[in-house]
Amino acid sequence: MSAIARWLDSDVAYSFRRSPVALMAALVLAIILAGAVLAPWIAPHNPLDLASLNLMDSRIPPVWDAEGQRSFPLGTDDQGRDILSGIMYGVRISLVIGVASVIFAIVAGIAVGLLAGYAGGVLDAVLMRVADIQLTFPAILIALLVDGVVTAALPQEMHERLKTQVLIFSIGISFWPQFARTVRGSTLVERGREYVMAARVIGLSSGRIMLTHILPNVLGPVFVIGTLTLGLAILSEATLSFLGVGLPPSSPSVGTLIRIGNDFLFSGEWWMTIFPGLTLVLLVLSINLLGDWLRDALNPKLR
Amino acid sequence: MNVLDVENLTVEFPTRRGVLRALDHVSFSIAPGEVLGVVGESGAGKSLTGAAIIGLLEPPGRIGGGQVLLQGHRIDDLPYEKMRRIRGKQIGAIFQDPLTTLNPLYSVGRQLIETMQTHLPLSNADARLRAVRWLEDVGIPAAKQRIDAYPHEFSGGMRQRVVIALALCAEPRLVIADEPTTALDVSIQAQVIALLRRLTQERGLSVMLITHDMGVIAEAADRIAVMYAGRVVEIGGVAEVVRHPSHPYTVGLMGSIPVLDARVERLRQIEGAMPRLNAMPPGCPFNPRCPRTFDRCRDERPELMPARQTAAACWLYA
Amino acid sequence: MFAFIVSRVLQAVPVVLVVGLIAYAMFAFVGDPVTIMLGTDYTEAQRVALVKQLGLDQPFFVQYAKFMWAALHGEFGISYRLARPVTDLLAERMPATLELALTASVFALLIGVPMGVYTGIYRTAFSSRVFMIFSLIGVSLPTFLIGILLILVFSVWLQVLPSFGRGDVVRFPHWSTGFLTTGGLKALILPAVTLGLFQMTLIMRLVRAEMLEVLRSDYIKFARARGLGTRAINFGHALRNTLVPVITIAGLQIGGIIAFSIVTETVFQWPGMGLLFVQSVQVADVPVMAAYLVMISVLFVLINLVVDLLYYAVDPRLRVVR
Repeated sequence: MSAIARWLDSDVAYSFRRSPVALMAALVLAIILAGAVLAPWIAPHNPLDLASLNLMDSRIPPVWDAEGQRSFPLGTDDQGRDILSGIMYGVRISLVIGVASVIFAIVAGIAVGLLAGYAGGVLDAVLMRVADIQLTFPAILIALLVDGVVTAALPQEMHERLKTQVLIFSIGISFWPQFARTVRGSTLVERGREYVMAARVIGLSSGRIMLTHILPNVLGPVFVIGTLTLGLAILSEATLSFLGVGLPPSSPSVGTLIRIGNDFLFSGEWWMTIFPGLTLVLLVLSINLLGDWLRDALNPKLR
Repeated sequence: MNVLDVENLTVEFPTRRGVLRALDHVSFSIAPGEVLGVVGESGAGKSLTGAAIIGLLEPPGRIGGGQVLLQGHRIDDLPYEKMRRIRGKQIGAIFQDPLTTLNPLYSVGRQLIETMQTHLPLSNADARLRAVRWLEDVGIPAAKQRIDAYPHEFSGGMRQRVVIALALCAEPRLVIADEPTTALDVSIQAQVIALLRRLTQERGLSVMLITHDMGVIAEAADRIAVMYAGRVVEIGGVAEVVRHPSHPYTVGLMGSIPVLDARVERLRQIEGAMPRLNAMPPGCPFNPRCPRTFDRCRDERPELMPARQTAAACWLYA
Repeated sequence: MFAFIVSRVLQAVPVVLVVGLIAYAMFAFVGDPVTIMLGTDYTEAQRVALVKQLGLDQPFFVQYAKFMWAALHGEFGISYRLARPVTDLLAERMPATLELALTASVFALLIGVPMGVYTGIYRTAFSSRVFMIFSLIGVSLPTFLIGILLILVFSVWLQVLPSFGRGDVVRFPHWSTGFLTTGGLKALILPAVTLGLFQMTLIMRLVRAEMLEVLRSDYIKFARARGLGTRAINFGHALRNTLVPVITIAGLQIGGIIAFSIVTETVFQWPGMGLLFVQSVQVADVPVMAAYLVMISVLFVLINLVVDLLYYAVDPRLRVVR
């Protein structure tokens, strides 16, 4: 059997086909992803091109409203930017930051977890105590704080330029302990197994044992937590941007769009904030649903 | 009249690749005061039989055929609430691991009193009095003081005594003991079996004793049912099955016991492994491992039939 | 019992010290408070005087020790942004945050726990599935968006509830409360629901998972085998055993509520500590950030202590006399 055929016949693929929720979530996620990835080619307007904006087009309601215009399906904001195009470009930014910060958290978490689990002793105790302390504080608070500190520490001209990286770092930092604890736990279990003993006996170095023997065995749970964390990371970015400490309006993520739209809520121009908000919810919901499904599919005991 | 009659009991698990039969036409009965030992390798369906009788199969498992009669009345088709009143009151159950079968947050006395009051019309004071008597009866020292102790304050052996008291306290006619000594220290196993034997004899209770420990069976059982791959392959008096086994599988099982005495012996391994539920061979399920297989064994399934001094599901005796 | 409390308090001391160190490190390494406070137009004498006043001319660990000592007495320095003592600023705003957090916690626990138990017991029922879908939407909805939606519906469209501020408050010497006036209570509804909704769905999901775990345990099977009633099993045996993890969850969630009050207060312009904190982060007002951090960590330590005491009450295994 080819690899694809084997995958299609596997229990995971079967439970995917049998789960209407997972299928729906995957479909919604695929649509949002396609819109984001293909935005430069399929978006009706380019919201980043300031020259194309026309104030005459500002505050147009969605197309089904009597005052709506066909060229702006979801309406426009106060600058005359097309909401739909703004969302498509915004999801790109939100996704990049979300994915990058989760990868950052995973890499940091795996490194610390492997080290603590394999080395044991004082190093283990110290690293896990740090993780425990951080875990008592909610992730969003950590991210907010790290962002505030880093932004303040960087010179003015640098933090304008590095804002995206700072945000990835802040959000990534706020999620590493979960990964570190999981990896450490699995490492402790794996370390006691015969095959690791055997690898030691034949004289493999610790680094090699960790990377080639232990790491592959701890990746499963890391992947599941990673999926569920991605939803949280995207929400963190949106929340920080909404609070005004995330991305500036010049490169608007979905969270920034909601923040901008929020100012016009009371004048009745609800579409500026509701459509980006709805997109954010659909994006995170579909990721969470897939994460939930994945966890159950990989671990049938946890029904 | 028999206390328990199990007739052609079949238990199924629906899966994505078809329905798996975990129990296949299992039949046996238990007379009043009789101890039936049920033996077999793990996965043979011993515990599943017990769970099916008390109506506590884990979903998606379900009874796919046959019936269970308790003192002549059918109980396998009762609604949950009616069956609940039978559990504890008419059929007591003892589980394997005393460390996990007691609720850690309630005192043993409270768990006893709750069980008795569920089934018997007892005042609080009477129930408490009886709870102390039960603890004394199962051999808990200083029962009066210990009644308010929590499970974690007892040793494993003492906890299993509490579990036995809980299973018997509502005065059932039948006790299903599923591996009651497996999780205990070897030194305590004999004591617990002796206790169980004494309590059930005093009260004339019937027992279905599930175990894979031939020593326990030889010591405590009147009759033996041998299970293999979800079927009863041989059934008969304890002396007959142990001394003169008919089914080749039983012969293999008994191979590890040189003399019938109270010595504790584990089952000896037989070459090969029990077939998986989704790969059941046609004919007799034992035929791939059987030293005496012939053509009929591969084509036709044998039912229990008279075989020398026992009954065996084997074509050698056709 | 007493020894138990003392050991827990001692365990918490390092946490507070470490958080204090981090908070203080922000002072020492982040930004230059002097230039922030003085603006662009100042003399050298003014600068030196301010450096001395802020104690910035001393070694790091001396400053740290002074900082913690002062913090112990409730002194956190002067806000760069507002040029007022941080302690006064926090004291003014604390009642608003605590009343909001308390209301939201009660709302989240009172609805979240029973719903979790219900969906755990009747997990295949249609209503459970509906609850679960709602809860999944709940955990996917960011707090600020819930706030925006509630404002849009109840303040903009229906115009029945206020969308910002605390409404009428009654002032006492050290406290101001919105609980005593209709206006104050009405102003509390939207922020409290916003803040509590996410936690409520999270609590519900965690309680449900815990309930399912316990219902699979051997002692529940044994309770069934003894023929105990369904109610006795579900509520007597299973629920009590889920309490220990649920208390942990509740403790953590109250921490989450404090953190997310930052977001809620921003959406509703609620004059609490969270709003103060966000405004301080935006301009790197380090004394306020540090003070907020230390206060939060003390608050979390207190919550953990209460959680430990509740364990002690629920689980007899912790009461072993050694």
